[in-house]
Amino acid sequence: MPVFDLSKTPLRALNGALHGLGPGTNDTVFEVIHPRGHHAVAVGIDSPVTVEVRGSVGYYCAGMNDGGTVTIHGSAGPGVAENMMSGTVIIEGDASQYAGATGRGGLLVVKGNAASRCGISMKGIDIVVHGSIGHMSAFMGQSGHLVVCGDAGEALGDSLYEAKLFVRGSVKSLGTDCVEKQMRPKHLKKLAELLEKAGVTDAKPEEFRRYGSARKLYNFHIDNADAY
Amino acid sequence: MCGIVGLFLKDKSLEPRLGDLLSDMLITMTDRGPDSAGLAIYGAAPAGRAKITVQSAQPEEDFEGLADALAERGVEAVVTRKSTHAVIALDASLLEEARTALAEVRPNLRVMGAGERVEIFKEVGLPKDVVTRFGIRAMAGTHGIGHTRMATESAVTTLGAHPFSTGADQCLVHNGSLSNHNNLRRTLARDGMRFETENDSEVAAAYLTAEMEKGKDLGEALGSALDDLDGFFTFVVGTKTGFGVLRDPIACKPAVMAETDRYVAFGSEYRALVNLPGIEEARIWEPEPATVYFWDHEKAA
Repeated sequence: MPVFDLSKTPLRALNGALHGLGPGTNDTVFEVIHPRGHHAVAVGIDSPVTVEVRGSVGYYCAGMNDGGTVTIHGSAGPGVAENMMSGTVIIEGDASQYAGATGRGGLLVVKGNAASRCGISMKGIDIVVHGSIGHMSAFMGQSGHLVVCGDAGEALGDSLYEAKLFVRGSVKSLGTDCVEKQMRPKHLKKLAELLEKAGVTDAKPEEFRRYGSARKLYNFHIDNADAY
Repeated sequence: MCGIVGLFLKDKSLEPRLGDLLSDMLITMTDRGPDSAGLAIYGAAPAGRAKITVQSAQPEEDFEGLADALAERGVEAVVTRKSTHAVIALDASLLEEARTALAEVRPNLRVMGAGERVEIFKEVGLPKDVVTRFGIRAMAGTHGIGHTRMATESAVTTLGAHPFSTGADQCLVHNGSLSNHNNLRRTLARDGMRFETENDSEVAAAYLTAEMEKGKDLGEALGSALDDLDGFFTFVVGTKTGFGVLRDPIACKPAVMAETDRYVAFGSEYRALVNLPGIEEARIWEPEPATVYFWDHEKAA
């Protein structure tokens, strides 16, 4: 198992090694030690490799991930798992702003809390936060699921398109065009599946409420001018 | 972008290391802004003494014979030169007199800060150069703040560098940009506040000074700032015994805090904190938007 000590080895060596993996490689598990808040750790993975990061990271960890499984045994700075295509990113601690932003696929799990703008402009990613999330989360979310076992901050789902939001705790306020929606059997089923995948064992799907778009702001309509 | 750091010590045994720890924190933040850098250090305060930190574009000329020139005006002072800056130590009762005398005998000197405990050093250039130039690593103290600047709102000059000090023992570093600073500057100037730059952060510092002159403590003044300041900001503020942090309600400027039994630390990014003693066991969190965080040695005692 290749081990990269970022207190000694340049970050480029790690990311270069990850990018250089060919099909059928035997190097399937990487370990990163002493990340010390470094930016852009393990970005651009495009093979089904597993990366264990032992410590906290800075900006943009695991960005653009396509098929890898990255676990951060610490906390993550802004933009973790930004624009993920597929794969899994797990953060054992907290995540800073815009976790999972613009993600197109895959699963992001935050075991602690996530800060503001979690899942901003999400486009197909599934995000499960064991704790709470900050303000303006899922702003302009287009598709995918955001599951929050704790509370949500102000303006949840502002200008939301089609992403589905599930919150177990309180929601400080809903953003423009975001409304509470009925939880149907298919939603409960999907939610149970996501909770299981994310290792949430102490929450039942029935305890969550669902939020989604009222679909009034898709196109400009003069009657809605005040809502913008 | 700008990078800001702050360290408020609770454990006295760390005080000799304040300058060293803060220097490392700031140097780590260098790539957030290469234009200028500065630090404010709150050191020992012998009873009844005060100090003024001044800066000169021609230090050879301006600092030569400065103590004598002040003495002729009845201000007994000890002048310690550090590169382009000098710290003038004097009896606290002479502080105002000294400022008047300075303006007369050395009109080109710029006052960086004054008070019983604060010393402020700032120049254009990288944090590592500023730290070396002023011997920051050897400085002891109870708390301090630092800033490395990416200039956005005003020119790259020494005066445009942070920290900004607009009141005795007060200073502020800012990451962000204010949108109503011109209006606020006019209002504050009308009420008697003096401004040395066109910088938005100086307005924020002056605003807090004005609020504290109304009798508010730092925590209350920061609370009022949420109502009166528009724009993006993360502020880290020092007073004689206090240390405060405030983010605007949008909170898009980064901030990470750490607290242990020995200190409270602030960094724009987590990596600024990684060399602090015991950081592995610290409580680490991202300060909430529109929430005042405030510590005070006197209140804790």
